[in-house]
Amino acid sequence: MRYIRPLSIEDAVGQLAGSAGTAAILAGGSDLLVRMKGGFVEPDLIVDIKAIAGLSEIRETADGFSIGAAVPCAVLGESAALKKAWPGVVEAAKLIGSKQVQGRCTIVGNLCNASPAADSVPALVAAGARASIVGPGGKRTIPVGSVPTGPGKTSLAKGEIIEAILLDKRAPRSGDAYLRFIPRTEMDIAVVSAGVNLTLDEHGVIKAARVALGAAAPTVLLVEEAAEALIGRTLDEAALERLAKVCFGACRPIDDKRGTIEFRRKVAGVLARRAATTAYARAGGK
Amino acid sequence: MNFDPRFSGRKFTSVGTRPIRPDGVDKVTGRARYGADFNMAGQLVGRVLRSPHAHAKIRKIDTSKAEKLPGVKAVITAADLPDLTDGDAAMYDILDNCMARTKALYDGHAVAAVAAVDARTARQALKLIVVDYEVLPHVTDVDEAMNHHAPLINDAIFTEGLEEKPVKPSNVTKRSQFGHGDVHQGFGHADFIVERSFKTEQTHQGYIEPHACVASVSSDGTADLWVCTQGHFVYRQHCAQLLGMEASKLRVTSSEIGGGFGGKTHVWAEPVALALSRKAGRPVKLVMTRDEVFRASGPTSATSIDIKIGARKDGTITAAEATLRYSCGPYAGSWAEIGAMTAFACYKLDNVKTVGYEVLVNRPKTAAYRAPSAPMAAFAVESAVDELAKEIGMDPVEFRIRNAAQEGTRSSYGPVYGPIGIGPTLEAAKSHPHMKAPLGPNQGRGMACGFWFNFGGQTCTDLNIGMDGSVSLAVGTVDVGGSRASLSLVAAEELGIAYEHVKAIVADTSSLGYNDMTDGSRGTFSSSMATISAARNAIKILRERAAQMWDIAVDDVVWEKGHAVAKGEKHGNLGKLSLKEIAAASGKTGGPIAGHSELVADGAGVSFATHICDIEVDPETGSTRVIRYTVVQDAGKAVHPTYVEGQYQGGAAQGIGWALNEEYIYGKDGRLQNPGFLDYRIPVCSDLPMIDTQILEIPNPNHPYGVRGVGETSIVPPLAAIANAVSNAAGVRMTHIPMSPPRILAAIEAERGG
Repeated sequence: MRYIRPLSIEDAVGQLAGSAGTAAILAGGSDLLVRMKGGFVEPDLIVDIKAIAGLSEIRETADGFSIGAAVPCAVLGESAALKKAWPGVVEAAKLIGSKQVQGRCTIVGNLCNASPAADSVPALVAAGARASIVGPGGKRTIPVGSVPTGPGKTSLAKGEIIEAILLDKRAPRSGDAYLRFIPRTEMDIAVVSAGVNLTLDEHGVIKAARVALGAAAPTVLLVEEAAEALIGRTLDEAALERLAKVCFGACRPIDDKRGTIEFRRKVAGVLARRAATTAYARAGGK
Repeated sequence: MNFDPRFSGRKFTSVGTRPIRPDGVDKVTGRARYGADFNMAGQLVGRVLRSPHAHAKIRKIDTSKAEKLPGVKAVITAADLPDLTDGDAAMYDILDNCMARTKALYDGHAVAAVAAVDARTARQALKLIVVDYEVLPHVTDVDEAMNHHAPLINDAIFTEGLEEKPVKPSNVTKRSQFGHGDVHQGFGHADFIVERSFKTEQTHQGYIEPHACVASVSSDGTADLWVCTQGHFVYRQHCAQLLGMEASKLRVTSSEIGGGFGGKTHVWAEPVALALSRKAGRPVKLVMTRDEVFRASGPTSATSIDIKIGARKDGTITAAEATLRYSCGPYAGSWAEIGAMTAFACYKLDNVKTVGYEVLVNRPKTAAYRAPSAPMAAFAVESAVDELAKEIGMDPVEFRIRNAAQEGTRSSYGPVYGPIGIGPTLEAAKSHPHMKAPLGPNQGRGMACGFWFNFGGQTCTDLNIGMDGSVSLAVGTVDVGGSRASLSLVAAEELGIAYEHVKAIVADTSSLGYNDMTDGSRGTFSSSMATISAARNAIKILRERAAQMWDIAVDDVVWEKGHAVAKGEKHGNLGKLSLKEIAAASGKTGGPIAGHSELVADGAGVSFATHICDIEVDPETGSTRVIRYTVVQDAGKAVHPTYVEGQYQGGAAQGIGWALNEEYIYGKDGRLQNPGFLDYRIPVCSDLPMIDTQILEIPNPNHPYGVRGVGETSIVPPLAAIANAVSNAAGVRMTHIPMSPPRILAAIEAERGG
């Protein structure tokens, strides 16, 4: 096994592109090291990206935010501007693992691990976040939701690295929220989860909405119909009922050790309702 | 030996205080040595190959490729552990569990092992071992295993305890029955009868430290074993017997222990490590992974229990009956029998009958888990008792007080009780402020009682007084819950010196006589008795030495507050001699001063507890939160109250995990789905409230200080107390443990639906 710590993204991309055998990118290592220790993976090459300039920074740009691939989730919570603009994204990132894990883990790692139960992903999808990718063929930017293609699988080509997650500048009267269900209080994996992102008009009517569900299908679900149930309405009881019903129906979950299909469907609806209520309040509704 | 163990009602100086734990600094700084912290020069890494099948015949094992891998020093199979058990069926089961002989009986059953120069080589070697399995049908559910059509796990098993000897083999190894009176008649006198069936899923003790040992067998046939265990003397016996050694040739040293709770009372990997070392001619370290701990070390039983209890309108129980089915893993056990004994032990009953069935399943061999078998029986009984109280319209505490066993009650399992604590714990619970605290929306309160036998057993202790007057105490009961601190307090108390001058250690098997293991809540009970006895023997010598120093008759010397005092008019001018002064002179008065004790600590007093808890249920998700929890338990005498409280809290915490989320989940393929702490959900710190405790002290008449064991009873009431609280909060009776959110939500929806 070879471990390298390149200083530039180009070098990292080149090493990955030229590698034979299996290669892995190391940022926080909270997935990779656990999988290696468990004997599930034995990479031939490990590319540590933490020394690459700029990857450990959160930058506020004219367009919004750029969160470097090596920024630990705990650091997201220390950025007052990010927390103010995207509280739902930050609260999702700060639910991953435990306090200690949050000091290491990254949202890009969470995304590329491609677990259907990843906590930060539904919140990012609801937020309309994009992934900025550098590869042997140059740069490209794609929606976060297009990165995972199935459990443990991504759309990234050989040699490609996500260098940052991009979040838009916030429109006025906007709010987002993320909720997950776990049987414990922490250090657990989402049984099902919901991220909701809303923008209101001056009268408290929802003019834009995105609703994403986690652990409800092989990949994160962006539920268009759920957004339609909210747009053009204030968050009245009927809208919430409709939202819960749509989310119940949109789920394609499985029965497994963490929960039943029936349970996941019901709780997806409950969480969507509750997250929408929080997002609406954060947007200044009512 | 003329040691008098009777309770004497003395006033205490050291006992009952809360000094800092002697093992604390080493544990928090990482200096303490646990099982995996021992290392030897030339040590190899041992790894075990485990069956992926729940039930399979082993046709052939080809180890030749693994043996040829460079760095591999030994490969063993069952052939390297020949059967030396000489007709001892229980030992044969232990042997077969350590290394499958003809059949793999559960997912995780050991089939071969390697010792190699490093972990990577050992892992590679495992992949090179070819096992030819013939996969057989399996059964993992306790009720399904009792079905006549279920796959037979062992066709040599015919149910014991039936009136007629069965002609067909069965997965039920034994039927046992307890009780007295006539339950049929008793139910005839009842105005109200509650009849319900309950299930509990299998749980693991969840100790944080995995099983770990280093074995070193010399070419002369002697051996050393460093191991994390609750009983190194028992490990020595079992390992020596399985490997064909004389016990004295195997020296076993116990490490610090990161939790055991009954799971470290059985050998699993140790005979394998010794066999590897014997074959390789080098020391072998064997540390289980968490996956192996879950799949292959002993969980508790899964159970299925039917309860029927009848009572008159005035709240008197007229009859009580229970049928209890407990899973044993693939080997015979007596787990249902213990459940059948404990089920109704809290109550005074004229008519009671309990029947237990031991059931074989393709799961790991069931092991003891803290008051083994009692929590599940208590869950079923105390749930039904609660429901019955409700039907009668009585307060659940009052109903229990009315029917509680007392001194002189004939227990449901046979013996007549001496002075016991069930009544006092109920009275204390009744007047506890927790009982009157207001409840919020979606919150429910529950309470339940629990019983455990406690055990005494064989104990051997040495107390050596140094020439500086300080005291070394060597005990043979492994310290799992603070016994070194407690025993130092007892030695200080008896000798009349300060706690700081006593240092207790756990001696190895070659330094002391045989000790039973630390189980049955016996550590502090039995070793304190032996420590008192050893101290009294030392005091006798101290008096003799003082008499010699003064040149007076020993009968004129008494021991008072750490000093020899000459009694009588004629000795009025003699000053006191301190222990320190006598010790300093010992070289000239006859040599070292020591006290020894070897005894069987009889009369471990039975133990009772009452727990109260408040739970909040989210009716939309089935999620639960423990809002408040109170433990009331009889300790006889709390030697070190902080440790006693720790035992109360620890049992409650484990019970909360068991009640709400912990369970072994098997797939249809018979494989364990959740062998790790991510999906086997023990509570984390933030899942628990501060667990409040109340220590009652009803002296045990059979111990000089009145001590009773306290370690286990605290896990008996929680399943029931929490089930009663959840049932009250959710408005529906919960009958299946764990009450995980999907189960609670399904129960709520079923209730709503009709």
